[in-house]
Amino acid sequence: MDTLVSVNNLHKHFGAIKAVDDVSFRVNQGEVLGFLGPNGAGKTTTMRIITGFMAPDAGSVTLGGDDIVDAPVAAKRRVGYLPEGAPLYSDMTPAGFLDFVAGIRNLRGKEKNRRITDTIEKTNIQSVLGQPIETLSKGFKRRVGLAQAILHDPEILILDEPTDGLDPNQKHEVRTLIRGMATEKAIILSTHILEEVDSVCSRAIVISAGRLVGDGTPTELRARSRWHNAVTLSVRVDNGKEVQATLSNLPGVQSADLVSQKDGLARLVLYSTHGQSISTTVNQVVRERNWAVDELYVEQGRLDDVFRAMTSKLL
Amino acid sequence: MNNILSIFKREFMGYFTTPIAYVFIVIFVFLNGIFAFYLGDFFNRGQADMAAFFAFHPWLYLFLIPALAMRLWAEERREATIELLFTLPITMGQAVLGKFLAAWAFTGIALVLTFPMWGTVNYLGDPDNGVILAGYIGSLLMAGAFLAIGSCISALTRNQVIAFIISAVVGLAFVLSGFPLVLDFFSGWAPEILVQAIGSFSFLSHFDAISKGVIDLRDMVYFTSLIAFWLFANVVIIEFKKAE
Repeated sequence: MDTLVSVNNLHKHFGAIKAVDDVSFRVNQGEVLGFLGPNGAGKTTTMRIITGFMAPDAGSVTLGGDDIVDAPVAAKRRVGYLPEGAPLYSDMTPAGFLDFVAGIRNLRGKEKNRRITDTIEKTNIQSVLGQPIETLSKGFKRRVGLAQAILHDPEILILDEPTDGLDPNQKHEVRTLIRGMATEKAIILSTHILEEVDSVCSRAIVISAGRLVGDGTPTELRARSRWHNAVTLSVRVDNGKEVQATLSNLPGVQSADLVSQKDGLARLVLYSTHGQSISTTVNQVVRERNWAVDELYVEQGRLDDVFRAMTSKLL
Repeated sequence: MNNILSIFKREFMGYFTTPIAYVFIVIFVFLNGIFAFYLGDFFNRGQADMAAFFAFHPWLYLFLIPALAMRLWAEERREATIELLFTLPITMGQAVLGKFLAAWAFTGIALVLTFPMWGTVNYLGDPDNGVILAGYIGSLLMAGAFLAIGSCISALTRNQVIAFIISAVVGLAFVLSGFPLVLDFFSGWAPEILVQAIGSFSFLSHFDAISKGVIDLRDMVYFTSLIAFWLFANVVIIEFKKAE
């Protein structure tokens, strides 16, 4: 697959603050890259540099072969961008606004009409086309912003928190829309909603205090969690401490926590050493001892856990 | 060219989707009438010309044009739409020019709507319509200069009130630079050539010449180069400050 976005050793300072500190990554066609990080980590600044709104202090960005600093207009033609907060010309109507963007995007005649109709349908904004944008709800504003970004069917799509402030149904719609476009485009979307990474992203990078601290598929990232391959177990015994003592000595088990003990039911979590699989061993012991098991399941690992671990150690 | 046109269209239509257009045009035409008839003593002068009408334009523009220009960039900043605008495939120059031309065309329309004045003069007497046309051209050029100043200063701030006040003050300096008030300040110590240079920057002297029907190339060049200079400064400021 073609590399459409190539970000090389990006640096950006604001006064003494390093907003972006040596960030490099690539995005190929067909990839949806989740851009994670706490607020203020440098996500928006990085996106502003990639889209040519800000100039980097050092480093370069190439979009489909065009350098954003040397050939800004050619590079920007390839990109659809939803800026943070989806700013829009509030005195225009969505119809007028899309017409304006289509003009700048060099769409003419039949092609223009086709693209506008298609985009309106995809983003579901038919019902508000004639209303001033300032009177629209947050969800509609976000969708108009999204419509503006996908209007010219760009090969690269950059979305800064596309589902921020939407209700669960709208979030679902936007994610479905993004997934539908994923195969032919390179998409970067920033978010701090981790479920979003699971539902739409094929890869995620994590940024903290301007530095890149993680890069991998959601599964790979999850494997870095201390919850990866941990086993949650509920056993019908009165003395959970005994179970805990037995299990914590098993090979591969790093520690066993007794989470709760009431009404003759002990609930434990067994963390594995270096994420190795311990479920078979645990299962075996349970059968040998004839414990009555209410539940036993293996954790995949938790993204929020990985996220916290990656982004807090630098603070 | 297409991009300039797109931006021009958006800006220009923008005046008419808000009350700005109507308020501006009504006030402009109304004040022109008041100034010409009462302050300018239009009837008692007994002359079939529009000198009394044009004489007040510099003062009218002084506060009306900054009001028109203050939103050009300050609003883009405040609404954060500047990020949208400059991640579209356009250049700074195209954006600055498109916006400026839209505002200028709008002032042109306001100016054209003062035609009843011209009709009155033609009804009452037999004026030299060439001189009147020259007056309109001069007035439009001067409006362009005020607008370019206003547009540039609007790019410096996200606060429209500040943009308005500073544009009006800079405009005032350009209007007054031919007056003794300003010149006396310099004539005591500055070399003669500097005093003359400052005096030659006056909107009034250049505008007076054109509105008397003398379309001198130097006056035209003066206004157009002033517009070009301020728009260039505008591009530079946007380039450096767009993301702030």
